[in-house]
Amino acid sequence: MAPHTEQLTRPAVRLRGLTRSFDGRTVLDGIDLDIPAGQFVALLGHSGSGKSTLLRAVAGLDHEVVGSGQLTAPERVSVVFQDSRLLPWRRVLDNVLLGTDGQERGREALAEVGLAGRERAWPSELSGGEQQRAALARSLVREPELLLADEPFGALDALTRIKMHALLRELWKRHQPSVLLVTHDVDEAIVLADRVLVLESGRIGLDLTIERDRPREEYRVRLLAALGVSVGSG
Amino acid sequence: MSAVTTTVPVVAPEVSTQVRRRRRLSPGRRLPAARLVGPVLLLAVWSAASAAGRLDPAAIPAPWTVVRTGAHLWTAGTLPTDILTSLERAGYGFAIGLVAGVALALAAGLSRVGEALIDGTVNLNRAIPTLGLIPLFILWLGIGESFKVAIIAIVVYIPIYLNTHAALAGIDHRFVELAEVQGLSRFAFVRQIVIPGALPGFFVGLRLGVTGSWLGLVVLEQINATSGLGYMMFQAQNYGQSDVILVGLVVYGVFGLVSDSAVRLIERRVLSWRRTLSS
Ligand SMILES: Nc1ncnc2c1ncn2[C@@H]1O[C@H](COP(=O)(O)OP(=O)(O)OP(=O)(O)O)[C@@H](O)[C@H]1O
Ligand SMILES: [Mg+2]
Repeated sequence: MAPHTEQLTRPAVRLRGLTRSFDGRTVLDGIDLDIPAGQFVALLGHSGSGKSTLLRAVAGLDHEVVGSGQLTAPERVSVVFQDSRLLPWRRVLDNVLLGTDGQERGREALAEVGLAGRERAWPSELSGGEQQRAALARSLVREPELLLADEPFGALDALTRIKMHALLRELWKRHQPSVLLVTHDVDEAIVLADRVLVLESGRIGLDLTIERDRPREEYRVRLLAALGVSVGSG
Repeated sequence: MSAVTTTVPVVAPEVSTQVRRRRRLSPGRRLPAARLVGPVLLLAVWSAASAAGRLDPAAIPAPWTVVRTGAHLWTAGTLPTDILTSLERAGYGFAIGLVAGVALALAAGLSRVGEALIDGTVNLNRAIPTLGLIPLFILWLGIGESFKVAIIAIVVYIPIYLNTHAALAGIDHRFVELAEVQGLSRFAFVRQIVIPGALPGFFVGLRLGVTGSWLGLVVLEQINATSGLGYMMFQAQNYGQSDVILVGLVVYGVFGLVSDSAVRLIERRVLSWRRTLSS
């Protein structure tokens, strides 16, 4: 992680003792986490383990949730949701520019995700994968320091998902935001991230740094084990 | 023809390989000038019955008699004056009702205090049949124009308020979240998400309001007429002029049809992003 050493002193995201509970049931139980600037982090965990809760806390979207703890996040944060969440009454380009302006920048972002020429389309005229790419363009146009994504590819087919992985990696390399990606897909986490966290019982159960030159299978087995899934031959 | 000769019914191969389109559940393409078909048919039946002498001319005069009477009233100058008076009433009442309905719906939909103050009050107002307020309004405002405009405004604002408010309350929470994430100001949020999101509901209310304004007008002019179309019809009733009454009804009908079509047209334009059964 040589390029990041300088920034390691001031992490992009810093959580200290983050606690969140619903109706007296603790979902996040004192989470400590630092995400260095520019790092790609994937967050795994069982359904209901609190991944979305953690992400929404970092995004500042949990207005009515009971909780405590310290949370520092950058100024410019973008969120990609599981659904593309495009406003049906705005054309694609206007959707990308929601909350900002600069036609040119919007066009560029659309071109980056391979949607050049579709600026004037209505969201309902795009395929599911294209809608999600438009959502990605909308999150990029703001030049985020931190990109939060909650199962952004969960609703896509396997082929489209593979293409989206490559696209996201590429965009991340070019724009260098810190990324916190929630997923339930172990392979997706390994392919995309520098670092994979497993959320378990309201805490970070496993914090794994992914070295690109090590075999993926090794990580896969460790992560699956941490998730309580045993695979026959390691 | 299938060459297979068994007692068991066999599906012929040509049939099984042919892909059949699914039965379409949306009504399909619009008929040309669809909205005119019904009225034209009615007119034809009326004309035929009149020509065949099956209708009592004193009760239901022939269409051409109505047209002649209408032309006569128009050239005499009384019809234009009556129409103008009626249009003015309906127009003022509608405009006030529209503004009030939208403003109250926004106030109630965008703030909890507004909701607490407004929503219950409007629903109380709704529970009282508006036409039942006529005697009270005559006492307050006199039998002139203002009470008529006030009644029409009330008839109009209620459906506009109710539908717009329901649409505002029903705005997808996910879009609210999106607005927060994208850092929209409150004003931008209202302008870019709340208002476009509530427009479909608003148009439902608008169409009900337009209809309501004519309904209010007819009732007011029939009961408390001193001028206008309803007054014309009221006088005609005293003199047994059924053709004049029909002229009045036709004008009311044209008003209704034209205004409703205008609203539909605007709706289609404004909501062009929608793909629904009616598109
Ligand atoms: N608004 C809420 N009100 C009450 N309980 C909630 C609320 N949001 C989440 N929870 C509960 O908190 C727990 C964690 O939910 P969360 O959505 O964070 O899980 P998750 O890890 O994202 O799951 P998934 O993989 O299925 O999306 C769940 O048990 C859920 O029922
Ligand atoms: Mg979730």
